[in-house]
Amino acid sequence: MSVDTATVKRIASLARIAITDEDASRLAPELGNILGWIEQLGEVDTSGVEPMTAVIPNTLRLRDDVVNADPLTGGGIRDALMAGAPQAEHGFFTVPKVIE
Amino acid sequence: MTESTYRIQGATGEWEVVIGLEVHAQVTSQAKLFSGAATAFGAEPNTQVSLIDAAMPGMLPVPNRECIRQAVRTGMAIDAQINRWSRFDRKNYFYADLPQGYQISQLYHPLVGEGAIEISLDEKDPEGSVKSIGVERIHVEQDAGKLMHDQHPTRSYVDLNRSGVALMEIVSRPDMRSPAEAGAYLRKLRAILRYVGSCDGNMEEGSMRADVNVSVRKPGDEFGTRTETKNVNSVRFVMAAIEYEAKRQVSVLEDGGKIVQETRLFNVESGTTRSMRSKEDAHDYRYFPDPDLLPLELEEAFLEECRASLPELPDAKRKRYEALGISAYAANVLTAEVEAARWFDALLETGAKPVPAANWVTSELFGALNRTGKSIENSPVSADQAAELLALVADGTLSGSLAKQVFEVMLETGDGAAKIVEERGLKQTSDTGAIEAVIAGVLEKNPNQLAQYRGGKEALFGFFVGQTMKAMGGKANPAVVNDLLKKALG
Amino acid sequence: MSDVTNLGIAGIRDGFRAGDFSAREVADAFNAKVAGAKALNAFLVETPEHALAAADAADAARAAGEAPKPLAGVPIGMKDLFCTKGVTTTAASEILGGFVPPYESTISQKLWDAGAGMLGKLNMDQFAMGSSNETSAFGNVISPWRRSDGGNAALAPGGSSGGSSSAVAARLCPGATGTDTGGSIRQPAAFTGISGIKPTYGRCSRWGTIAFASSLDQAGPMAQDVRDCAIMLEAMAGFDAKDATSLQLDVPNWEAGLNADLKGKRVGVPREYRVDTMPAEIEALWQQGVDWLRDAGAEIVEVSLPHTKYALPAYYIIAPAEASSNLARYDGVRYGLRDLPEGAGLQDMYAATRADGFGAEVKRRIMIGTYVLSAGFYDAYYTQAQKVRALIARDFERAFEQCDVLLTPTAPSAAFALGEKQADPIAMYLNDVFTVPASLAGLPAMSVPGGLDAAGLPLGLQIIGKPLDEQGVLNASLAIEQRAGFTARPEAWW
Ligand SMILES: [Mg+2]
Ligand SMILES: [Zn+2]
Repeated sequence: MSVDTATVKRIASLARIAITDEDASRLAPELGNILGWIEQLGEVDTSGVEPMTAVIPNTLRLRDDVVNADPLTGGGIRDALMAGAPQAEHGFFTVPKVIE
Repeated sequence: MTESTYRIQGATGEWEVVIGLEVHAQVTSQAKLFSGAATAFGAEPNTQVSLIDAAMPGMLPVPNRECIRQAVRTGMAIDAQINRWSRFDRKNYFYADLPQGYQISQLYHPLVGEGAIEISLDEKDPEGSVKSIGVERIHVEQDAGKLMHDQHPTRSYVDLNRSGVALMEIVSRPDMRSPAEAGAYLRKLRAILRYVGSCDGNMEEGSMRADVNVSVRKPGDEFGTRTETKNVNSVRFVMAAIEYEAKRQVSVLEDGGKIVQETRLFNVESGTTRSMRSKEDAHDYRYFPDPDLLPLELEEAFLEECRASLPELPDAKRKRYEALGISAYAANVLTAEVEAARWFDALLETGAKPVPAANWVTSELFGALNRTGKSIENSPVSADQAAELLALVADGTLSGSLAKQVFEVMLETGDGAAKIVEERGLKQTSDTGAIEAVIAGVLEKNPNQLAQYRGGKEALFGFFVGQTMKAMGGKANPAVVNDLLKKALG
Repeated sequence: MSDVTNLGIAGIRDGFRAGDFSAREVADAFNAKVAGAKALNAFLVETPEHALAAADAADAARAAGEAPKPLAGVPIGMKDLFCTKGVTTTAASEILGGFVPPYESTISQKLWDAGAGMLGKLNMDQFAMGSSNETSAFGNVISPWRRSDGGNAALAPGGSSGGSSSAVAARLCPGATGTDTGGSIRQPAAFTGISGIKPTYGRCSRWGTIAFASSLDQAGPMAQDVRDCAIMLEAMAGFDAKDATSLQLDVPNWEAGLNADLKGKRVGVPREYRVDTMPAEIEALWQQGVDWLRDAGAEIVEVSLPHTKYALPAYYIIAPAEASSNLARYDGVRYGLRDLPEGAGLQDMYAATRADGFGAEVKRRIMIGTYVLSAGFYDAYYTQAQKVRALIARDFERAFEQCDVLLTPTAPSAAFALGEKQADPIAMYLNDVFTVPASLAGLPAMSVPGGLDAAGLPLGLQIIGKPLDEQGVLNASLAIEQRAGFTARPEAWW
């Protein structure tokens, strides 16, 4: 499996990881090797096999519609939530201005 | 089924517009879809955000049963297939309103499958103008946070209060062919959601937003390339966006251009759409099943409860009203909004006669509400009070015009009809002796008219009725007045 | 008084209850050991005050005659993947530099509730991605072990729970938490001559544990021996309503159920684990393990797990795919590192922050995960991998029709030197060849020390059990432990 630098750049951009041209050239053969290695999975005949959905048989539990029933999963914790924010003001997180 | 005749006139001939709507409806619930934070509208920024909604490290989603229940009930209300096995997928993209870097949604196995919504295009003839619009699916997903761009010169502000609120995405088939059809579909969908109680339908507060998919084609051709105009938040704007977008596409095509499949934004002020810059590169969403959540498997008892809890829906109610003798038009008007229908049902429950009750509600009550700018939930007159008034009309205590007077007083004072009649002596009289005495007086005071009448000018009958009623302060029973006048005039 | 730091969890617990020593004495002793072992780089944060506070509480409770909590008097090490309230938690990554969680993970909370105290946060492979603890942003963890060849090569403690394994092996703590996604408890335990168990997927809550690959991640204990693991696992396991994949089951009394008599039990030896490249010493140890278990009364049967060969490639699709999405939240907006180059827009800020904050291996896996999920590749990679995963789970199901537990080596080699395998990611990934299949199937699995190789380094044996049969796994492991008589200890050079 060969991966070209354009592909590496496209993937890096999808993953929002800035890379330089050197990074891309270095990563291309590396990712190519790994992807080539995992491609052996194609050998396995999986016709009629359902993809695994739950590793241990278990069904999805649903919770009751109650606000702040557990402080660990409820709201009203703005100060704690924003204490480590790289940039915040007036109760908002802030980011570089976005043009929609 | 009615065929739309809506066409865009282009230089090269007529174009047909093809419309599909993806409606995001906020599910009515106290807490968010995957966290216990509140969903109330208008809270201080970031005060209704849990560790989960802010995507703190190690946080996990656990779904809210009520959100699933409401989506299932909505599906049942449009006769859709309910999938006993569904699951949540992650839609991956980076944006400042999406803390996790993915939206938990349902792509591969939605909760609700194929259903349909019937729209009628003519209020006066709801049955005769029915069109069925296919609903492809309803899936449950998280809302994103909110960005504000005008608070700071170089920064956007992020408020995550909406982040994680449950939405139903209701995806129609591309079955609509005119702005009017799209408008009717949205209004009908909104009515159904409000009947079911699964969404408050409040478009101003963002509880319902539509992504509008529009393409144009020459009638009979294959579907053209579509654009998607995002987050349009009123019926009027949806119709305007379609009209603008269809015309824009026609002119692009007629100029030899191509329509690019893209996301667009609607500008409320100018009524135009424009290409959206920020999501251009986000087409590869890398959907995959959310490994934090197991498949959602619904049990029969849960589905039973959902089904049993469904109210009578607008179409069924309209047909029931019509069967009671109410006109198709009135039945349509009475059922268009759930509150009106509920109010009217309460009135019927008092034993009020359906037809006069319907007429009174659609003319007198709605007229008064319109005049005073009130909604029916805040009606100053309750269904019980209206029943009292209508009963007084039915038993002859009040004439139509007296009823109007009494109603005015009810609106002003909030008093009951019987009390008003009693206190203000507005009771209609059928006392023949009293009426005969008044008629005698009227004839005596108007000898000329009497002579003319007797000379053959029968049109003057109305004059005598009027004079008699006036002399009786409007309280005489008109039928009795008629009878007695005819006798007196010979 | 014997050195309390050698006593292990059960020894400390029992000695504390018997009044042989105070909890504060224990905490002081371990705090001193931690402070004196900087050369191992096992701890990212030391929290002596936390350990002392828990100790004082235990002493006070004992003085007041209260019934002792299960781990009263026992201080432990906490892998830095577990969020700890008020204590910096970084998953050994720059991108979480300085992150102080305002919440406590379910696992750490349960341990504190059981009376344990925290000696500190343990170094690890960044975001638990690695098998040698060389991907930490805060330096390699060094194994306390050295080869007997006289060389001073710094050895890998295994990964990703390398801080945990190094600390327990060096007796800096009697037990430590680990997490295991593809072998991250078992392989480092094997490398350092200690025991570690990964329970059935869903036994231990994932809430508050920084996610690597959600469908695989499981917490578990790492300690000196099987009993200590049973004690600690009892405190960590249990239903948590905050984790939708948590199993709604009572926690068995595993310690009380310990029983090394395997009469009537059948032990499966999977044919496909006999790979060509297996060193003779590993092969010999495996045979030794077979003999020990037979000696313990078990019947040995050969079984087949035909899809074993595909477990690693399936894992290297599923785990990176989940990771690429799980790690999307590290974007410089709400916490952790933000890199905002001059004039950068939002998307540039993301890319710069993530390029700076994530280490090379994390980026590599995010890239692989992004690739396998991307348009046009999803079915060929991800869906196929999940199908193969279903086949691997079915292999185990069928094997367990013929036996109660499986016996395999834990790792294909003893600890290697730091730097030795860094150049070749696939060679590094192959370290997990024996541990990954049980991870993919969500099964309980444990590593216990079996012996030393020619260079004097520990080798581990792995017991894999049926879903929810932690007891069977612990018991077979105990049978090995009793017969292996593993007492080797690294000499304190640090
Ligand atoms: Mg859409
Ligand atoms: Zn949506």
